[in-house]
Amino acid sequence: MSEYGMKPIWYFVGLILMVMGSIIFLAGVNDFMNPPDIKTILAELHPGIWWGAVMVLFGSVMFLKTRKGSV
Amino acid sequence: MEAIGLSFIDWSIILIYFGFVLGIGIYLRKFTTSQEDFFLAGRKNSSWVAGLAFLSANLGALELLGMTGNTFKYGMYVAHFYWIGAIPAMIFLGIYMMPFYYSSKINSIPGYLKLRFDEKTRVINGISFAIMTLLVSGINLYAMALVLHTFLGWNWDVSMWISAITVAVYVGLSGLMSAIFTEIIQFFLIWFGLFLVSILGIIEIGSLQEILVRINEYSPSVSFTTLWSTSSDPTQNGMFIHWAGIVLGLGFVLSFGYWTTDFLVVQRAFSAKDLRAARLTPILASFFKMALPFIVIIAGLIAIALSIDPNSGFKLLQDGGQINYDSALPLLIARYYPSGLIGLGVTALLAGFMAGQAGNISAFNTVWTYDIYRSVINKNATDSNLLWMGRVSTIVGVIISLGTAYWAKSFPSIMDYMQAIFSWVNAPLFATMLLGMFVWWITPNGAFWGLIAGMLSSFGMWLGVKFHWFNESLLTFSSVQSDMAANFWRAWWAWLICFGVTIIISLFTKKRPKEELVGLVKGLTDEKHDAHLPFTQRPEFYGLVSLAVFILLNILFW
Repeated sequence: MSEYGMKPIWYFVGLILMVMGSIIFLAGVNDFMNPPDIKTILAELHPGIWWGAVMVLFGSVMFLKTRKGSV
Repeated sequence: MEAIGLSFIDWSIILIYFGFVLGIGIYLRKFTTSQEDFFLAGRKNSSWVAGLAFLSANLGALELLGMTGNTFKYGMYVAHFYWIGAIPAMIFLGIYMMPFYYSSKINSIPGYLKLRFDEKTRVINGISFAIMTLLVSGINLYAMALVLHTFLGWNWDVSMWISAITVAVYVGLSGLMSAIFTEIIQFFLIWFGLFLVSILGIIEIGSLQEILVRINEYSPSVSFTTLWSTSSDPTQNGMFIHWAGIVLGLGFVLSFGYWTTDFLVVQRAFSAKDLRAARLTPILASFFKMALPFIVIIAGLIAIALSIDPNSGFKLLQDGGQINYDSALPLLIARYYPSGLIGLGVTALLAGFMAGQAGNISAFNTVWTYDIYRSVINKNATDSNLLWMGRVSTIVGVIISLGTAYWAKSFPSIMDYMQAIFSWVNAPLFATMLLGMFVWWITPNGAFWGLIAGMLSSFGMWLGVKFHWFNESLLTFSSVQSDMAANFWRAWWAWLICFGVTIIISLFTKKRPKEELVGLVKGLTDEKHDAHLPFTQRPEFYGLVSLAVFILLNILFW
């Protein structure tokens, strides 16, 4: 295996969680500001907002901790 | 059912996932320059990476949908698959078996059989494993297309071909390493994509306790909410099984047969950087395995609680008058998830299907290349020959899987046969491995004929019950039946037959000299692994902690 600069898997996990979490968070904010006609059960809890935020937070920690590292 | 509608945002998330896994395959391509990189990910992974991949290779979407559906059908007894049906075997693999596997520097499980016994035992296991892997891979593909077609209204052929091509590209480019990367990504997507279903379900109903109370009130005579307390009488639990069937069939044979000998999962431990990391691989994975019921079992119980409440509006789908149990999880996703989260939930299922298929294909290409191609077809293959063959067999494996998937499509009940396939191959193999690793006088002929007898008897028992040649109660010792109980008991008998035949033939055939078995058999091998480390850093310590958590969970939900 080549010895130079392969990013660890945690970098990619952090990146995809950050990207997907951001989209889910923004979609949740959009639903909050412009409520859809058909609502899901417990839509009043706005799960997209807080679950998206949790994903972004978790992903950011993994991404930032590993962005300079390599294996 | 009306298909679950996907918005532009949901599609974006799905497309990001596909772009991401293809990008990873291309990125890792430049780090894949030798056959060891391709088949064993360079043997450089930490125990965390190998451990999560070890677990995720088993965590296909078929399992997520199936086990949530099975919980609806059988109740909390399904948690046995995650606890007694996995944890003792994973700890045993890490503590006792991994040193023999890892230290002998083999590339596959059939490779161990070659070193311990002989070429013919290796080849018979290599061929049966390759066939099983492609069957499972095809069924996985078929199940994915079924789910996407049923719940999202997607076209069968397009779903199967896009997923198969994506898997072929990224596994073909960088082999086990990209399979491991995508498996770990899948692990996180499954937790983030599906755990929210359990959280929202508990919020809607009130509490976990309220869910259990509702189910118990609805079904006071047959328990769906306990693990062991009703297991002494099969008529009192949802799975209609006696505790002996759970312990012997699932807890011992099927569990140990799968977790300690199925190359699909064990291959991930072979990619670890050293023996300690390899031994820790299944032990760390056991902690995450124990947590999975908090997704699948809870979701299944939520589905039961909602379906017995006429005001909830929740009802499982029906296909031709039969309840479609696998619809439980997708229906819960559609119930709770708004736009964006729906995309994440669907991506989690897609990732599960694709990682499951990639796992099967990467195991297949290794066994094919090392245990059939190099062993039988081209004994002088060079490193570059093997790397080339690995890539070619990846493509061929995916094409055969597509064929298997279309075949499975014409036999809708074939998904029921998944557990049966495991009991044909893995249950007898576990007897062979156990005897091979722990009893030095077991002979190559004993192992070979024991394996053949075990596989044929398992297949024969399955045929006998299917075509009513004899009554199932002959195998299960019970007047009440379930498919699951029959699987557990058949696995036990196949194991016992292989075990007995192997011993009897070994008593009368030529043994290998002890000096040839050093490093392969317990008692003939130096076993002071990690003795220089403090106890709290040894795999044995983590194994004991895992065992303690396992016992606690069983007592808690007794």
